[in-house]
Amino acid sequence: MSPPDVRDALTRAHRDEWARVVASLTRRFGDLGLAEDAAAEAFATAVERWPADGVPPNPGAWLTTTANRKAIDRLRRESKRDHKHREAAMVHDDHEAEPLGVLDDDRLRLLFTCCHPALAMEARVALTLRMVGGLTVPEISRAFFVQESAMARRLTRAKAKIAAARIPYRVPTSEDLPARVSGVLAVLFLVFNEGYLGSGADTDPIRQDLTGEAIRLARMLRGLLPDDGEVAGLLALMLLTDARRKARVSPGGELVPLDEQDRNVWDRALVAEGHRLVRERLDTGAAPGRYQIMAAINAVHTSARTMRDTDWSQVVALYDQLYRLEPSPVVALNRAVALAELDGPEVALAVVEPLGEPLSGYHAYHAVRADLLRRVGRGEEAQAAYTRAIELAGNTAESAHLTRRRDEPA
Amino acid sequence: MQYLVSVIDDGTGPETATEEAAVDAFNDRLRSEGYWVFAGGLGSPSPATVVDNRGSEAVFTDGPFVESKEYLAGFWILEAPDLDVVLRLAAEGSRACNRKIEVRPFL
Repeated sequence: MSPPDVRDALTRAHRDEWARVVASLTRRFGDLGLAEDAAAEAFATAVERWPADGVPPNPGAWLTTTANRKAIDRLRRESKRDHKHREAAMVHDDHEAEPLGVLDDDRLRLLFTCCHPALAMEARVALTLRMVGGLTVPEISRAFFVQESAMARRLTRAKAKIAAARIPYRVPTSEDLPARVSGVLAVLFLVFNEGYLGSGADTDPIRQDLTGEAIRLARMLRGLLPDDGEVAGLLALMLLTDARRKARVSPGGELVPLDEQDRNVWDRALVAEGHRLVRERLDTGAAPGRYQIMAAINAVHTSARTMRDTDWSQVVALYDQLYRLEPSPVVALNRAVALAELDGPEVALAVVEPLGEPLSGYHAYHAVRADLLRRVGRGEEAQAAYTRAIELAGNTAESAHLTRRRDEPA
Repeated sequence: MQYLVSVIDDGTGPETATEEAAVDAFNDRLRSEGYWVFAGGLGSPSPATVVDNRGSEAVFTDGPFVESKEYLAGFWILEAPDLDVVLRLAAEGSRACNRKIEVRPFL
């Protein structure tokens, strides 16, 4: 096998097998940290051995066996000196014998443990990317602009809490399942959004490492929970959003809003896959949750050949539905953007103005208001609102776009 | 595995009759389902005394060791297989006593 083929095999094995190896070792040894270290050692061994020995016929089985052996070696070494400590670092699964059927996949246990609500959100994100996604600590640190030592501490602290407080390693009971699934989805959506519009000032506007990882994990979750509507909804939402990636930033590094995007460069395969998922959910007739509704909104956008072709009444109706589910000022703001296209900017402006109090620190509120003011001919007020939006915008690509809008002649 | 489930009072004041009845019902359930180890109510920390005998003689200081608007007003010690179980119980307990609750594992 040629070196590039071995490299491909290693990359593929890492992508496909990391979570499986960590998950099955955690199940067997009851220790997340041990599973993580043993998995990392097994992959390091593969990097050394595969180029010389060839890629094993079943890379996943080879990696699991190797990782198991590494874990046992380590336990033997440690049992001599530190039995008590080892005991304290176990994760627990006392609830055996609950028949879980298709849900009984170790990777699901791993996801639910990493996304446990008793952990801080930033710890859930870091743990999920490390344990399930297989990203290294330096990669995660870079992605979130956190020093490597701080990120390592965050992960260590989270693992220690899982062990000390006995956060269980199992799929939640059916009673808790919907809330816990939405907890996992929130983590994946946060990773995706950070990739789709980085919050740091000088970050690349789009970071495909994060969007790609979020999509990959959402696909995995969909494979594990194929009947969950919100899992399908979030995957569809990510695909339909990511499909527009190439049109979303100009060559000059400026964010391009939907109405100015070149729709010919949207990724048709991703659009088609997203549409398929949305249709599949519609066919079930089940009441959609927030991600399914947001996916449906994006399906309407990606079905339109031009901004003007968009079925705005459908978009507004979907936002109405979303607002009933989640009556937040941010949803009201997004609804107003669609309303402006349907009923005109004056109507939308009347909806937007009262949102100023809860959203005064949210750049998108000022950007939307600025755009509406500009469209109704209130130029000076529009400029002031653009300035406020620019001050609050985190990402350089976004402030560049807002600055151009502000400074162009009315 | 045992957990300390603390009741945090942040200015809610003394327990009302409704809260007391709800807590009694919750306690009965904890006992009948085998989670109960121990529980106690503490009320406000104003009668507390801090004792420090690390030096040459014991020093007694009037009042709690930390002055704060929020204080420990009572607690349960529960036996539960894992955090998920105790979090569900704590959520019910918080509803029953109408106060915030902190869950901590014993070592």
